[in-house]
Amino acid sequence: MAEEAQAQSAPVEAEGWEPKLLVFCCNWCSYAGADLAGVSRLQMPTNFRVIRTMCSARVDPEFVLRAFAKGADGVLVLGCHPADCHYIGGNYRTRRRIALLRVLLEQYGFNPDRLKLEWVSASEGMKFQQTIKEFDRTIRELGPNPINEE
Amino acid sequence: MCPILMGQGPDKIEKVTEKRITIDPITRLEGHGKIEIFLDDNGNVANAYWQVPELRGFEKFCIGRSVDELNKLTSRLCGVCPGAHHICSTKALDGVFGVEPPETAKKLRELFYMAHYIHSHIAHFYALAAADFVLGPGAPKAERNILGVVAAVGVEIGGEVIKHRSYAQKIQEMLGGKATHPVCGIPGGFSKSISEDERAKIEAMAKSCVEFSKFTNQLFADVVLKNKDYLALITDPGIYYNETYYLGTVDKNDKINFYDGTQKMISPTGEEVARYTGKDYLKYIAEHTLPWSYEKFCYFKPIGWKGLVDGKDSGIYRATPLARLNVSKGFTTPLAQAEYEKYFGTFRDLGVKGPIHHTMATHWARVIEMLYASEKLLELSQDPEITGKHVRNPVKEPGEGVGILEAPRGTLVHHYVADKNGITKDVNLVVGTTNNNAPMNLSVRKAATALIKNWQVSDGLLNAVEMAYRAYDPCNSCATHTLPGQMPIDAVIRRADGSVYRTLSRSC
Amino acid sequence: MAKIRIAQYWAAGCGGCDVALLDIDEKILGVAEIADIAFWPIAVDAKVKDVEAMPDGYITATLINGAIRNSENEHMAKLLRQKSALIVSFGSCACFGGVPGLANMTSKKEILEYVYWHTPTSDNVEKVLPTPHYKVPEGEIEIPVLYDTVYTLDQVIDVDYYMPGCPPTTNLINEFLGMVEKHVKEGAPLPPKGSVIASQKTLCDECARKRTTKKVEKIYMPYEIDIDPEKCMLEQGIICLGPSTRAGCGAKCLEGNQPCRGCMGPTAEVLDQGGSMLSALASIFAIGNQESQLSEDDILELMTQVKDPLGTFYAFTMPASIIKKKVKEKKATTAPKEA
Repeated sequence: MAEEAQAQSAPVEAEGWEPKLLVFCCNWCSYAGADLAGVSRLQMPTNFRVIRTMCSARVDPEFVLRAFAKGADGVLVLGCHPADCHYIGGNYRTRRRIALLRVLLEQYGFNPDRLKLEWVSASEGMKFQQTIKEFDRTIRELGPNPINEE
Repeated sequence: MCPILMGQGPDKIEKVTEKRITIDPITRLEGHGKIEIFLDDNGNVANAYWQVPELRGFEKFCIGRSVDELNKLTSRLCGVCPGAHHICSTKALDGVFGVEPPETAKKLRELFYMAHYIHSHIAHFYALAAADFVLGPGAPKAERNILGVVAAVGVEIGGEVIKHRSYAQKIQEMLGGKATHPVCGIPGGFSKSISEDERAKIEAMAKSCVEFSKFTNQLFADVVLKNKDYLALITDPGIYYNETYYLGTVDKNDKINFYDGTQKMISPTGEEVARYTGKDYLKYIAEHTLPWSYEKFCYFKPIGWKGLVDGKDSGIYRATPLARLNVSKGFTTPLAQAEYEKYFGTFRDLGVKGPIHHTMATHWARVIEMLYASEKLLELSQDPEITGKHVRNPVKEPGEGVGILEAPRGTLVHHYVADKNGITKDVNLVVGTTNNNAPMNLSVRKAATALIKNWQVSDGLLNAVEMAYRAYDPCNSCATHTLPGQMPIDAVIRRADGSVYRTLSRSC
Repeated sequence: MAKIRIAQYWAAGCGGCDVALLDIDEKILGVAEIADIAFWPIAVDAKVKDVEAMPDGYITATLINGAIRNSENEHMAKLLRQKSALIVSFGSCACFGGVPGLANMTSKKEILEYVYWHTPTSDNVEKVLPTPHYKVPEGEIEIPVLYDTVYTLDQVIDVDYYMPGCPPTTNLINEFLGMVEKHVKEGAPLPPKGSVIASQKTLCDECARKRTTKKVEKIYMPYEIDIDPEKCMLEQGIICLGPSTRAGCGAKCLEGNQPCRGCMGPTAEVLDQGGSMLSALASIFAIGNQESQLSEDDILELMTQVKDPLGTFYAFTMPASIIKKKVKEKKATTAPKEA
C-alpha cells in the first residue's frame, strides 16, 4: 500500500531537497586535485563532504554500504589514474571492487549510478570540478536515496 | 471411548465447559502447527482444523540465484530431511543442465540417500513417535518423549538407537561433508569419490544398521502388534482410518525405489489411475489454497478438489510409507520383502481387501522401509562401482529441469527453470508433507470426533488426537516453503462441503 | 543437586538445529541428568500455555533457532525472554537471518501472488490467500501475521550468547554444554554476555587445503571442473567464502570437496559479511601486465564472472547486513536486475 502511494507522489526536488554526496579522495592524487580546484576558486556545488584515505583501495565496501544505509544520496570514489597509483596497484583493486559493488547495489534495488568511480590526478583541478558538477546532476535526476523514503 | 486410554496411569479425564479446544503447538513432529477443535452443543466434535502457521518463501527468493546453488539453498527447507531436498534438487539440476551423471555418481547419491533415510526414520520412530506406543498415549506428559522411552526400554537399547542414527549421520558426513545440509550433489555428478577405506567403514556400519532395523521390526511386533489394545487402535476403522488415493515411486517392476523411478497413483480401491515421470507431474498434481493455513493442499487433478472429504470421488491422496507400500508390489531387498508380506498378510487375515487405509499402519510401514534402506545401503556399499573415480560428467547450457524422488515423508518434486546464464527464473516445489496436508486434516478431524465425546477431555485424549497426524511424520518447514503476505485481497467463504458460499473482496 | 531447566524453540527455521542437538548422541543422556527440558516442540509435549504458566526467569537457558519473520515468532521470542535467565541465539538463522533472510530481497506482495496464484501447480481461480483471521462456521481461527521483513533474534530481544552455524556443529554444542555443566556442578563462571561460541579467526585458519599463490586467475563454477581436494578453492577459481567467514565448524564443506558458503557468519571485526567477501575477492584477482590498458567494460566482464553477488555473498546474513532489505527506487533503472 505504502509503495503505491510513493509511486504517485510529486518529484521531491520541488520541496528543496539537496542531495547529500559523499566523496572519498585518495591522498596522493585526487585529494590534491580537490585542493587545486579550491585554490583555483573553481565554482561547484557545495553539497558534498570529502573523506580522505591514503589510497582509493582503502575504500571498503562497508564504508559505501554504511553511507547508503545512513542516507547518503550518492557516493563518489576518486583515485589516481591507472598506472599512476602511489602504491603501484591500489587503484586496480579499487576498480574491481567498485565494479562488483555497483552490481551488488543494483541487486539491492539501488540505481547503481549512485556509486561512481573516477580518476582525478593532483594536477586536475578542473576535472575535479567537472566530476562534482556531473555527479550532483546525476543524483538530482535520480532523486533521494530510497532508504530515506521508508 | 478407546479402552487403551483409560487407566493409563494418572491421565485425568475432565469435563470442559468451553466449546473450543486449542492444541498449541502440536509436538513431536518437525515444524510448526496447531489444532483447533470445536465442540457442538452436546460436547461432541463439530469440526477440527489442522493449521500450519509458518512459511518462508523459498519458491520466490530462489529466483535470481545462480541455479547451481539451489541444491544448497533448498536443503534449508528442512533440517530433518535436508538430504531429500539436496538429492532431489541435484536431480533437477541434472535436468536443468541436460546431463546424465556417471554410474558411480548415481550410486554414491543413492548410497548417501539410504543413510539419510535410516537417520530420518530412526529419528521419527524412536524420538518422535515411540513414546505413544512404548509408554502409551495417556502417559504423563513430562515422560512422553525420547528420554522417557530410553528410561522404559533401558539404556542399552537406548544406546543402540542413538548409535545407529549416529552411524547414519556419520555416513552422510563422510559422503556429503555434513549430514545436515550436505554439499555432495553437483549437476552431472557427485562432489568426490570414496576410497576403499571409506567404503569398508560404510559397509561395516551398514551391516550393523541391517541388524538394528531387524531389531526395530521385532520391537514393533512385540511392543505394538502383540498388544491387543494397540492392534485394535491400528485396525479400528472408526478412529485412524481414511479411504484416500495413494502416491509413490516404483521401479520398472513396481518395486519401491526411494531415489528414482516412475510415479504411480492408485485409487482407494486399488486401481492404477496414473503413472508418470518428470514434468508430467503437472497433469496430475495441483495445490489448493484455504484461508486458514499457510500450507497448500495437494490433490489429484483429474478428480479435482472436492473439499476435506475422503473417498473415491475426492481428489485427496496420501504420499507416505503407507502409500508406498500400497502402490507397490514390495521391496527389492529380501528381508524388507519378507516384512512387506507379513504386513499385508496380517491385514488380509483380518479381512481387509485392497489398499491399507489404516493410518497407524504407517508406523509399521516406516520401520519396514528402515529395513529396506539398511539393506540397500549395504548392497550399494558392496557394489564394485562404488569406489569408481569417474564421478562427474560435463554439463550443457542450462534450461529447465524436474527432479522427483521419495522423501521419507512423501513424493517430492523440485522443478527449476534457468536462463542461459544459469540464473534461476522459476521455481516450483511440491513437497512431501504438502501432499499430506488434506489427509492430515481428515485424520485429525476423524480422531477428534471419535475420541472426544460429551465434553470429556484429558491430556491423553488430546495426545491421541495428535497421534492422528504424527503417523504421517509431518515436516511442516518443508511443507510451507512458501510465503504469503499480510493483507488478503479476496476471502472466500466456503460451506462445510467446500462449495463457495460468498466471496469478499478487499482492496489494500 | 536440583536440575536446571532448559528449553529450545524454533522460529522461522528448518529443524536442523534441533537435529543438531540430537546429534550429540549419547551426551543427551548426560544433559538429562543435569537438566529438565521445559519446552522443546520437536521432542517433548510441553505446550505454550505451560510456558505462560511458568514464573519469570524459571528456565535457566533457552536456545532459540530460526529467524523472526511472523507475529508468532516474535511473541514466542519475547515470552521466552521473559521466562528465561539466559537466551542463546542458536544457529545462523537466529544469529544472522540465515537462508530465509534472502526473502528480504523480495516483497510480501510478490511472494504472495507468486506462491498462491502463479506457481504451475497452484489452482486458485478465486485468488484465495491465507489470512490471519478467518471465520469458519464454528468460530474464528487464526494464523500468525506475516512480516514484510525477516529479523535476526537480537533485533527483537536481548541475547546472551551466539552460536552460529547451519547447524552449529557437535563440537561447538558440546563446548557450550560443557560450560553449562561446569557452571551448574562447580560454579564456574559463564563467558561474558554477548560472546560468540565459535573461533575468533576466519575459516582459512581451520581449512586443511594448501594455499600457494593466493590469486584468482579466472572464476569457475563448482561443477565445471574436477576440484582438487588438496588445493585452496579460491586458487582453483572456485568462489569460497572462507576469508570472510568465522571458523569453528571444522571446514566440513571443504571436506565434502565443495566451497564454503559462509554459514558461520562474519568474524567480530566485520560488520557486513557480504561486503567483506566482495572486497576480499576483488583484492585477490590476479593483476596482469596489461592491466592499465583494460577498459571499464573489461573490468565489468571480469567481475561479473560472479553471477549473483548478493545471493553468493549474503546467503546466510542478509538481515544482519548493513542494508538489510531491498529498497525501491522511485525512478526505474534501464535494466532492472532481479534479486
